Order: sequence, then structure tokens, then C-alpha cells
Amino acid sequence: MPELERHSFDVLVIGAGGAGLRAAIEAREHGMRTAVLCKSLFGKAHTVMAEGGIAAAMGNVNSSDSWQVHFRDTMRGGKFLNNWRMAELHAQEAPQRVWELETYGALFDRTKDGRISQRNFGGHEYPRLAHVGDRTGLELIRTLQQKIVSLQQEDFKEFGNYEERLRVFQEFTVTDLVKDGDRIAGAFGYWRESGRFVLFEAPAVILATGGIGKSFKVTSNSWEYTGDGHALALRAGASLINMEFIQFHPTGMVWPPSVKGILVTESVRGDGGVLRNSDGKRFMFDYIPEVFKDKYADNEEEGDRWYTDQANNRRPPELLPRDEVARAINSEVKAGRGSPHGGVFLDVSTRLPAEEIRKRLPSMHHQFKELADVDITAQPMEVGPTCHYVMGGVEVDPDTGSSSVAGLYAAGEVSGGMHGSNRLGGNSLSDLLVFGRRAGAGAAEYVRALDQRPAVSEDTVTEARATALKPFQQEGGENPYTLHMELQQSMNDLVGIIRRQAEMEEALQRLEKLKERAQSLTVEGHQQFNPGWHLALDLRNMLLVSECVAKAALLRTESRGGHTRDDHPSMDAEWRRKLLVCNVDENGVSVEEKPQIPIRSDLLDLFDRAELEKYLTAEELS
Amino acid sequence: MSYQGKFRVWRGDDSGGGLEDFTVEVNEGEVVLDIIHRLQATQAPDLAVRWNCKAGKCGSCSAEINGRPRLLCMTRMSVFDESETITVTPMRTFPIIRDLVTDVSFNYTKAREVPSFAPPKDLAPGEYRMQQVDVERSQEFRKCIECFLCQNTCHVVRDHEENKEAFSGPRFLMRVAELEMHPLDTADRVDQAQDDHGLGYCNITKCCSEVCPEHIHITDNALIPMKERVADRKYDPIVWLGNKLFKRS
Repeated sequence: MPELERHSFDVLVIGAGGAGLRAAIEAREHGMRTAVLCKSLFGKAHTVMAEGGIAAAMGNVNSSDSWQVHFRDTMRGGKFLNNWRMAELHAQEAPQRVWELETYGALFDRTKDGRISQRNFGGHEYPRLAHVGDRTGLELIRTLQQKIVSLQQEDFKEFGNYEERLRVFQEFTVTDLVKDGDRIAGAFGYWRESGRFVLFEAPAVILATGGIGKSFKVTSNSWEYTGDGHALALRAGASLINMEFIQFHPTGMVWPPSVKGILVTESVRGDGGVLRNSDGKRFMFDYIPEVFKDKYADNEEEGDRWYTDQANNRRPPELLPRDEVARAINSEVKAGRGSPHGGVFLDVSTRLPAEEIRKRLPSMHHQFKELADVDITAQPMEVGPTCHYVMGGVEVDPDTGSSSVAGLYAAGEVSGGMHGSNRLGGNSLSDLLVFGRRAGAGAAEYVRALDQRPAVSEDTVTEARATALKPFQQEGGENPYTLHMELQQSMNDLVGIIRRQAEMEEALQRLEKLKERAQSLTVEGHQQFNPGWHLALDLRNMLLVSECVAKAALLRTESRGGHTRDDHPSMDAEWRRKLLVCNVDENGVSVEEKPQIPIRSDLLDLFDRAELEKYLTAEELS
Repeated sequence: MSYQGKFRVWRGDDSGGGLEDFTVEVNEGEVVLDIIHRLQATQAPDLAVRWNCKAGKCGSCSAEINGRPRLLCMTRMSVFDESETITVTPMRTFPIIRDLVTDVSFNYTKAREVPSFAPPKDLAPGEYRMQQVDVERSQEFRKCIECFLCQNTCHVVRDHEENKEAFSGPRFLMRVAELEMHPLDTADRVDQAQDDHGLGYCNITKCCSEVCPEHIHITDNALIPMKERVADRKYDPIVWLGNKLFKRS
């Protein structure tokens, strides 16, 4: 057996997207020796795909904006299931986090008076999204990457070594977290390039691994989104909440087949784009739900006036929260009013001059031109729902990002609670920054307060190695690609955008069979850069997380945000008071109800009583 | 609309390798990366390829298709004739790891050598004011997805390993230009560009601009303006005389 590579750090960050990099910067600035472990190359994380912007109530475009308004919008978007403390911290701190990016070198689009420009987005009352055209995620990731490089340059000056206090291990996969008793002691994984194993000893681990979209067939997520952090947390004894809530973004590409699911930014609608069915009708006016009736225009004239006069008009219903728009598109297609390739039409060509479209939506223009032969300045796009984001994740302490396991932290998409049952567009990038920073600080404080470092036992390492090598040791089993495709099809068809009891029960049966078959997966070749082996290991995580989603979705007998039950179509105020918590032990996945923490009264006072009556029980209101 | 396409894919590692022939199904609307993935799923499960977003936004899947540097995810199969044999090889300028995956650490080394943004000390976060027209120049360069195709195609390093130490390549010379043109950056980057990053090696053949999947005008908007600033500083006779007379370096 080749000798095991070993490293020792104060803080390990798993994932190098926005949350991971911001956490690493914070931990390093707190004096921690910090390592970032990521599956892709440094700077390629899924955050680059974010297009529209970062929501932060800076009030640069409309000075009526404030953190209180942002908080209200976030709670409404999440149908009041959000962890209110997270929503509060997020709304309060997002402006600071955006301004800080400018000191790292970010270049946002500007207002006429030279401040950061802000754009409209679904569910946000005022123009609130700081942006760079429609490539805001790229700006965010590059800015954080360059900040990390600048910290490394400081270390080079001081120690003659760029990696003295902050090191990135790229193209590296973590397969298991390692514990010493009840506490985190490090992580075990392999270099994707060579397949060689590495043990990291560290008292604190921050999970920033993003989402789970690769368990679904039609998704905007990249291959990295296999629920690694969710599964690592579960296996380490932490709990997940809200796993039944999955956001289907209303506008993914539907044609050609090979790009089905790729995201079409919400900015298209924020900047004036409209949705039409095959009859040419702007159908969203027929889908304004009762709870939003007084906030959205009920006719095209008023909706159109809103773009120039927001004080005296209500916003167009194309800008309803994502769950509403996705369901509406789904219904139109089902009713036979869809586009030729099974979506609806999203048209900006008749709404803005061609030059303006190319300026505001350059990467959409490029994406459609190159991938679908469609010129969005002259033709409508065809779009349909795509699995985009998981609201559920590791249950954390809002202020520090700590999970229930000592030394284990989570930030960004892998954490749960902030977005309740549905995330607003633009609230993801701000979430990454606000809670990435908080987790970095939380982990640093934890490490500083330790009087004794945890130790890693050799047995744990032997076991982790054996688990990772298992697919090579078996013969005659199945190819991981086949299993992955079946999993994606089952989740898409049976636990997708519209759910029914019988279908979810069938999904759980299929998952049981897939789990059995996964026991005997076989991969060919050797450990060096072997995608079949990588997928076999990722499948273990996808299967575990999919089971949480299906089990939680089966239990929640109401429809709310990213969880729509055909057999329980309405929202139930009693269910708002309950969280579904997933845990794993030797018997597998269990899901239990837990009471939701009541909203603090001064935050409740930010809403009209009439609005609260739509969400809260009479008991809570009394 | 499907057909059986003919492919030749380079397979091997740092000890050597060669082109391998495959016949594989091609469907309407597909890109080359789809075909590589189909090969993995059906014929060559251990075929190594680096990719991520599959939407031309992350710059991971760089390779050479029929000898031309391109992103695998943005090259549509419809640009080829159905009878054509399509050859896919790894980027030539970087060391091979395996199959289509190369060791691009050269680029990360060079990135670290560019001094970072130097913010103005008297401005607090939130106080930055810049005009759109002024940020647009650097914003064009920040569209870069770091696919490194420009680095791969640049003849200064493509077949000249010996130049790699002194020359940062178009991507990182553009990064220097981006910082130089940042309205609030306080550092002086002109001498750095010439002395530390080898701007003088570039003889503006524009190959980098030609392969850029983001259509950034690397040569026209970044490299040539930097060369002009260097020329103004280093070769302007009046500046030269002034420096001599007043003993400035």
C-alpha cells in the first residue's frame, strides 16, 4: 500500500465557490492556516453560472430600499418558512459584503452618479441586484479568487511561501469526514488526477459544496452538484432540514436536447422580457396567487408602466417568485399551449432594441446564438423549468454556521433555512458572501478556543480507503453511468416539480433497488483520472440525498414554495410551524418533525397583519 | 436525425500515447463534449476529460478539435460534415496528464506573479465612485473565463518551453492591462508588464484574440495599449532625457 499523503491545517474548506472562498478568506484573516479543497480547477466552481446579480439593499437606484424591505421580500419568497434570523442577518449584511468586493477589485456596472447599479428581479420590491451584465457569478468568483491570490502574495512577502497560510488543493474530492469521538478531526479524499489518497487533519471543516441538482435529469447544475456536503454532513452525524424544497427555475433552455436545462437568466424578465404561450398570450396574468394579488399588476398596461414608474404601478406577474412562474409554465405546457419543443416562449426581442439586449444580456445572446441558432434580439427563446437549487441543507446556527457536530460548519447552498421553501433570485450570491464570512469566523473562533486538538485513528483511515476502493474490487457489477441515468430519470419523473403520494412511494422503492445495485458497482481501469470511478463515489452521495428529498416530500402534505403536491394543493399554516429534519444512522435515513422557531416579534411587526394572516395560524397571531 | 460519426481521440499519458478511432452516435443539436461523454458512457469509461458547466462559462473543457483550440462544449457538431472524421487532441502547450486533460498549473503560477489590485487607501468600502464608461475597458477583460486557449495558441510559448519562464502569456498580460486601466487602482503596472511579464515577446499576431471564446479583443484593447504605454515611458526621448538629467532610475 503506498504511503498516505498527510496534511495538517486549522480550518478545511470543502468547495471553492462563493461561500467556500469567502469562508477561506475570513478564516485566513482570523489567522488560521486554511486549506480549500475543490473538485474542479480553482475558479471554475458553479458560482460562475450565476447570471443576474447579488441582492443587497444598498438603495443606489431606489433610495426607499432598506434591509427591512429586503427581509420582508425574502420571507415572502420563502413563504415564511425561512429561518428568520438568517434572513435578518442576510438582509442587514449583504450591502457590506458587496462593497467589500469592490475593495478586492470587483467592477460592477454603475449608476449615472458612479455608484453600483442595481437591477430588478423576481420577488424584490425595488431594483436591488448589483450586477455585471449577465455574468455576475463570474465576477464574484474571479474577484474572490484574486483576493485569495493577494493573501497568498502577502504570505510570500512575509514567509517566502505563497501557501504558508492559505492553500488550494484543486481537482480533489473528499469522500469522508473523519471524527475523533463526537468532534470533527479532518477529512479523507483523493486527488482526481492521480487517484492517490490524502488525509487532512483539521479541527474544523466548513462545507461549501453547493447543491444536489445532478440527481435530476433536467438541471441547470454542473457535474459537481452531487450533494457531497449534504451526504458528508449526514454521515458525520449532522442533520439536514427542508430537503423537500427544490427550486425549479422557470426558464431553462429546452432545445437542443443536449443543452436542455441550461439556465436562462431571470434578468431577461427583470429587464422587460415576457412569457407567452403558443396563442401569443401573456399567460402569467392568469396565475397570480391570492397571497400576491395586491403586489402584482393584473393587466399588461400597468405591468409595462411599472418598468419606468414603480411608485405608481404594480409589477408585472412575470416577476413573481420562481416557484409560481415555474408552476405556471408547467400548467401551460400540460394544457397543450406550449412551444414546439415543450416549453413556452420568452420574448425580449419585441421589448427592447437589439443594441440594448446585446448590452444588458450579452451572455444570453451568445449562449442562444452558439448553442441553439437563435438570435434573441429577433426571435423569442423557448424555455421551461429546470432543477436549479436546493433550499434544504445542513441545519446550522445562523450566527456562526455551526452544525450540530462540533467542528463542522456549512455555508451557501449546502446549508438550509435561509431561503425557507423558495429562494429569491439574487439572494444566493449574497447568501454565499454573508454566511461564507460568518462560517469562516465561526470556525476560527472554535479552533482558537480548543485546548486540545482532535486526533485521527488509523482504523478510520483504513475504513475510508476501503470504501473508496470498493468499486475496483468487484467484478461483473453494473456501470455507474447506467445507475446514474436511472436515478436522474426517477427523481425527475417521480419527485419533480409536481408531486403525488403514489409516485413518491414508487420513487422510494426504486431508490431501494438502486441502493442495492450500487453495492456491486464495477469500474474499469485504474485510479488515475478515472471518471467512472469518480461517478461511482459520487453516486453514493446522490442516492443518500435523493432518499432524504423523497422521504421528506412524502411527509409534507401541503404545497409551499419548491414543494408542490398535486394531492395537497394548498398551503397549510400548521405546516409552516414544522420543519422536517433528516438524519442517518445504521438503519438508514429517518425524517422527523421539529417545531419551527417562532419569528421574533419586532420582525413580525414589519408586516401588515392582513399579510401575516395568509401565512400564520390564529394561535400565532393572537 | 442521428448518424454514426467518426472520431479520433488522443489517448495516453505523460509517457506517451496516440490517436484512437471511434465510431459513435451523433444526434441533432449536440456539441463535441456530448460525444466525448457518450464515449465515456458506452465505449471508454475511463476516458479523461476536464469539463464543468457545459455552457461556455467556466472555461474547463479546452482542447484542440481538428487542430484548432476550442471549447468542447461550445463546438456544435453541425459545423462538421457528417462524413468528416473529427480529431480531438489535448492542448499542446501544457504537459499531458491523461487523455484530453493537461496540467495547466503554468497559468496559476503566472496569475500569482501579477501584483493584486491596489485599492485607494482613503476610500472606505461603499465610497467607491466610478463612471460606467471608465469601468467598461477593464470589464471587457474581466469577461475572461480562463479557458487558457489564448495561452495555448500563443506561438511564444506553444513550441518554446524556454520562453515560459519570462513570458506570462496573453491571459496574464491582459490581467496587467485590466488593473492598469482600473479607474481606482493605485499601482504602476507599466514597467512590470515589460520587465516582469515579458510583454516585449508579443509581436501582435492576434492569434490569442482569434481563439478567444468570449471574443475579447485581447491584442487590440489590452496588449497594444500596454505596449504603447511602455513605449511612451521607455522610449520617449524627452522622458529619457528628463530621467537622465534628474537622475530618476
